[in-house]
Amino acid sequence: MKPRIELPGLAPLLVLLATASMALLIVMPLGMVFAEAFRNGIAGYLEPLREPDAWAAIRLTLLVAAISVPLNAVFGIAAAWSIAKFEFKGKSILLALIDLPFSISPVISGLVWVLLFGAQGWFGPMLEEAGIKVIFTTTGLVLATILVTLPFVARELIPLMQEQGTDEEAAAITLGAGGLTTFFLVTLPNIRWALLYGVLLCNARAMGEFGAVSVVSGHIRGLTNTLPLHVEILYNEYDFVGAFAAASLLATLGLVTLIVKTGLELRYAGEMRAMRRH
Amino acid sequence: MAASKGWGRWREPSVLPGFGLAMGFTLVYLSVIVLIPLVALALRPWELGIDGVARTLSDPRVLAALKLSFGASALAAAVNAPLGLLVAWVLTRYHFPGRRLLDALVDLPFALPTAVAGIALTAIYASNGPVGALADKVGLKTAFSPLGVFIALLFIGLPFVVRSVQPVLEDFDREVEEAARTLGATDLQRIVRVVLPGVLPALLTGVGLAFARAVGEYGSVIFIAGNLPMVSEIAPLLIIIKLEQYDYAGAAAVGLAMLLISFGVLLALNLVQTFLARRGGR
Repeated sequence: MKPRIELPGLAPLLVLLATASMALLIVMPLGMVFAEAFRNGIAGYLEPLREPDAWAAIRLTLLVAAISVPLNAVFGIAAAWSIAKFEFKGKSILLALIDLPFSISPVISGLVWVLLFGAQGWFGPMLEEAGIKVIFTTTGLVLATILVTLPFVARELIPLMQEQGTDEEAAAITLGAGGLTTFFLVTLPNIRWALLYGVLLCNARAMGEFGAVSVVSGHIRGLTNTLPLHVEILYNEYDFVGAFAAASLLATLGLVTLIVKTGLELRYAGEMRAMRRH
Repeated sequence: MAASKGWGRWREPSVLPGFGLAMGFTLVYLSVIVLIPLVALALRPWELGIDGVARTLSDPRVLAALKLSFGASALAAAVNAPLGLLVAWVLTRYHFPGRRLLDALVDLPFALPTAVAGIALTAIYASNGPVGALADKVGLKTAFSPLGVFIALLFIGLPFVVRSVQPVLEDFDREVEEAARTLGATDLQRIVRVVLPGVLPALLTGVGLAFARAVGEYGSVIFIAGNLPMVSEIAPLLIIIKLEQYDYAGAAAVGLAMLLISFGVLLALNLVQTFLARRGGR
């Protein structure tokens, strides 16, 4: 191994500086969530979580994620199959379009649905007559969440499947396997860890999304309040322990996601090789 | 032209099945979820006429919000550049106890829902919080001021810089570093003349990503910002306020302006990168 530049003399100072700024800026907020949530002890922590509104918020958050994440997973697989396994014109435009939601403000990702389906939206009055409501309903929450989390799965799968090429699938087809058999027995095993990784990140964002759902929700308690919105309402009512108790559930979700993600990266780095970090 | 043979020329032949189905689904899904909504965003502001859009955007309150959003985002991204470089350097060049943990924790701002980060940051930096109380003693108001907005954007942007620079520092050509050493360069010279130019493109990518994310950030900012009109009110919040007043076109105008300015800045950064790449022959 050739020597690298390491500034050995400065090592302790630099490590200390980096660790201290990370602790102050990144880790402290996480600690604060739990410290505030348990301010009144375990009983004080559990009480706000027993409220029916909290339960309704948890159920709604799970429901929205249960609809949005599978749809975006299917989309990610379909997009990766067409982009990575075939050659066609206009591919780079398609790739840019898939990445676009990442560079849009979550508030804009909610706004666009109001522009389409709100009371003064393009299709709002028309749907209203037909008795269909989108804004201030679960449908609106799902649409906003899907838009925000659309790229997660596709982004993990496309580079990996591009790197893997088409040889294995072509061999299977030539030997007489059908399309679905080829997909389930050849492609899927090759991409399963990257798929799981993408779904994991997609789910974390879907359950934690705040800005986009805040625009379309209308904040109707027990009906269109997801867990992050529930946190906001309690906080604005100065129920800080309640807000941080609800927030601690979301923080735990984030922590579990982080641990599983790190585990996947350490264990299956090879099989997710083309995977780029954010 | 290439299109003269239609479909056959548009895509190259393949033995694999499923292109029509997968591509059809992809296009329909993208159109419904991304394309049509963005068309609405691009068209609806003009219901006000060009004058109306100009009047909306030149409203002092809107201008102040845009200035705060873009200014604080640029400042946070600029501060995150050396900070992210430091963290990435430490993670790639030194072995110390807890390095793996530190590495994993870099992604915490990605993993923590924004509203959670928002109320936690506020609790820390409000005048009765651990850091806010200290800052109060020296007369610095952190939460409920533009400084609070900056802190939240610093939090949200750091991982973008670290994760962009880290792989480059990790794979940096040992031969080049060694060659510089045999030629008699000191460590500092090697860092300034060899390593820094090498990571600059990645650093710019990270700064661009952090900036773009910060401009649109909502959840982690609104709690700590205090949301005083003209002082600490960010542009995304103004969109929500306009929507609550049923001013759809005005909200769309602010949203469209944010999006276009963001893309302009990212494009400029991209051009600088291309220039650097050409000059450096990389």
